Amino acid sequence: MFNYNKYLRNDKLPHIWCTGCGCGIVLKSLLRAIERSKIPQDEIAVVSGIGCSSRTPGYLDFNTLHTTHGRAIAFATGLKLAKQKLKVIVVTGDGDATAIGGNHFIHAARRNLDLTVVIYNNYIYGMTGGQVSPTTPAGKRGSTAPYGNVEPAFDISQLAIAAGAPFVARSTCYHAVQLDKYIHKGIIKKGFSVIEVLSPCPTYYARPNRLGNVVDMMEWYKNNSVQIGVARNKSVQEMEGKITIGILHDTERPEFCEVYRELSESIKKQLVK
Amino acid sequence: MTNEVETKLITGNEACAEAALVAGMRFFAGYPITPSTEIAECLARRLPKVGGTFVQMEDEIASMAAIIGASLAGAKSMTATSGPGFSLMQENIGYASMAEIPCVVVNVQRGGPSTGLPTLPAQGDVMQSRWGTHGDHPIIVVTPSTVRETYDWTIKAFNLAERFRVPVVVLLDEIVAHISEKIVYPKDAEIEIVDRKITERDPSSYLPYENTDSDIPPFAEFGIGYRYHVTGLCHDETGFPTNDPKKVDKLTRRLNRKIERYRNEIIFYKESFLEEAEICVVVYGSAARSAYRAVSDARKLGYKVGILHLFVLWPFPHEALSKIAKRIKFFVVPEMNLGQMAHEISCATKQEVVKVNRVDGGLITPVEILEKIKSVQL
Amino acid sequence: MSFRYEFRLSGSGGQGLILAGKILAEAAAIFDGKNATQSQSYGPEARGGSSRSEVIVSDEEIDYPKAVNIDLLLCFTQEACDKYCKDVKDDGILLVDKNYVTSTPKGAFKTYSLPITEIAETKMGKALVANIVALGVITRLTGIISQQAVESAILSRVPKGTEELNLKAFNAGIELAEQAG
Repeated sequence: MFNYNKYLRNDKLPHIWCTGCGCGIVLKSLLRAIERSKIPQDEIAVVSGIGCSSRTPGYLDFNTLHTTHGRAIAFATGLKLAKQKLKVIVVTGDGDATAIGGNHFIHAARRNLDLTVVIYNNYIYGMTGGQVSPTTPAGKRGSTAPYGNVEPAFDISQLAIAAGAPFVARSTCYHAVQLDKYIHKGIIKKGFSVIEVLSPCPTYYARPNRLGNVVDMMEWYKNNSVQIGVARNKSVQEMEGKITIGILHDTERPEFCEVYRELSESIKKQLVK
Repeated sequence: MTNEVETKLITGNEACAEAALVAGMRFFAGYPITPSTEIAECLARRLPKVGGTFVQMEDEIASMAAIIGASLAGAKSMTATSGPGFSLMQENIGYASMAEIPCVVVNVQRGGPSTGLPTLPAQGDVMQSRWGTHGDHPIIVVTPSTVRETYDWTIKAFNLAERFRVPVVVLLDEIVAHISEKIVYPKDAEIEIVDRKITERDPSSYLPYENTDSDIPPFAEFGIGYRYHVTGLCHDETGFPTNDPKKVDKLTRRLNRKIERYRNEIIFYKESFLEEAEICVVVYGSAARSAYRAVSDARKLGYKVGILHLFVLWPFPHEALSKIAKRIKFFVVPEMNLGQMAHEISCATKQEVVKVNRVDGGLITPVEILEKIKSVQL
Repeated sequence: MSFRYEFRLSGSGGQGLILAGKILAEAAAIFDGKNATQSQSYGPEARGGSSRSEVIVSDEEIDYPKAVNIDLLLCFTQEACDKYCKDVKDDGILLVDKNYVTSTPKGAFKTYSLPITEIAETKMGKALVANIVALGVITRLTGIISQQAVESAILSRVPKGTEELNLKAFNAGIELAEQAG
């Protein structure tokens, strides 16, 4: 059996997450995926922004960078471009990636830089105490939506696909085995890959919305997730309120580092001539 | 024909870009903004030829973030912007200060606040360059006034950033950025290049924010086996977040001390005609060009006036000013703002200063300074 | 007494005045071995709007880079002429494009009203090179910068493939100035 200790900074544990939080499930899935990728530990960098999910890198024994709110992908862009042998993995949350960092997210997808972005989507701002985020479903409560959210929500995966990300997958903390597979595929994919993980926040999302405890949330993920293959054959009405999981998009596009390297080499060749 | 290979007519922006390459800069991230854009354009052409990387980011926030990321990977990195973009960069400039990531930020000043006067010069960002990001933080700010000085001070900015592990701001303005001037390039041998001090420890004993005698922790780049943690949160020597008051206090004081204790090695100014002077014009940036002319004219008219020309604004040369103040009766401070440095100079000299200010997008004229010199009642 | 000569090339954006200024400065500074600066003042428009390019030539280091006591003022628009003619020295030169500037002010300076753009259009077939024609006129009228230096600077600054056209335009300017006496 895989020993997580290899990749953990055990002296930094216990972690700061609440009981029942999904962050730990994603963390372990990420480590299993990294193990499967066989990439040397020294060549992995994990970059995060601000929020609960963004505390992940602190517990991981890699090159870890905990940045400013929303900017993880932008920091990761510089890191990757200046040292391309690094496998750069960004861990971020729904607020971090799609509100304050939304612009960086879509442009990195468009640019198609070789980054793996794991987005923990818990529908809420956890670290600051339960305010609504861009993925909070309409009508759901948050501390800044005491009468229910008046705004519609983003579909992060669809946003990533539309912005040009060549690999997009979605899973939930209940579907951890699938999650391992998607993160692994994202890591070995050459290009900008996005793995959206629905992750429970029992403290600030479930409680104000009377969704029960974490077991109830896991039940909900289990009962409301539909595999992409199945979902494709269902009507919009049938999919109402359901979550499509699986590899939603997998295609090939020229990757930024390679494009730039080729450009650079062709210019240098012309100079020699 | 006196055409020499090393002599060229270039703009301040071009000099800045060329100097950055000479200093070893190999990563530039930026976003177009007048009047700084030519720096990005020049580097977009030049960087791929020398194996470096140019990337146009989606905004200035991302540009600042990207150069920090690149610097952590070991590259000397830079961005260039103007007022509105500089405002957007402030949070991550604070990150670079806190996480001690060497980098250079060029701010070509234009009229402000807000979108202001995009194509016209100003010097309204001198206080923002020092205090733009929140919290007590270390930073170095340099400001040249000619094309050649822009070349020299861009290289020095990298040297300072590397030596002290801080962000260094190069404050240009539209005049010095866009002026075309003759530059005689220095020979390679005459150029001093400083690289960050690399740790001698092995990964197992490496402390990324070690309290050393120098107050400047040796660096280890990402990806070579050190596997440490970098955060913008208050952290201890290991780099991990802490709320321990003692450790936080120690960190904050060291971060600021590492610049303050070396201030005499960082500060640079030029004195002209000050030995016999009763009036001292304190000036920086392109306003210095007008001041030299004004002082030269005033001296011809018999005024005992000299110049203190500042090249490093922060750390601020309090000692030099208070020393000079002992023999000077009046200080005249021309600035293309409403007296941002005049206040600092007044504090240092314990004297009221005579301000010469313009905030209309025009360069202060020699006549405007001369009139103030004449108006001083000795 | 040190020597300082001030040029101001004025008109609207897109007329190539900034490039013309850079060529003059490069000719003086690089090819004639003097000191020179070129600075500019322009609006937000890429084309149209007012544009002003200033060149200072001196045998000393140039501190203040703006023209205040102009030796040669070139105007490509009536507006520029009206606005700047007061800055021309008593023994200075006011040079205007005849086709754009119909009314020239009286002054102690010497005024030349020449068909610069017209020459560019008719002789070169390209109004675009009017700035280079103007450089020819300026070079001949002022005698501050050598003809050879300006030619070298033109060659170093104009796009590849347009060298011949631009040199022709420059020489047309010289001729135009000679005819004007």
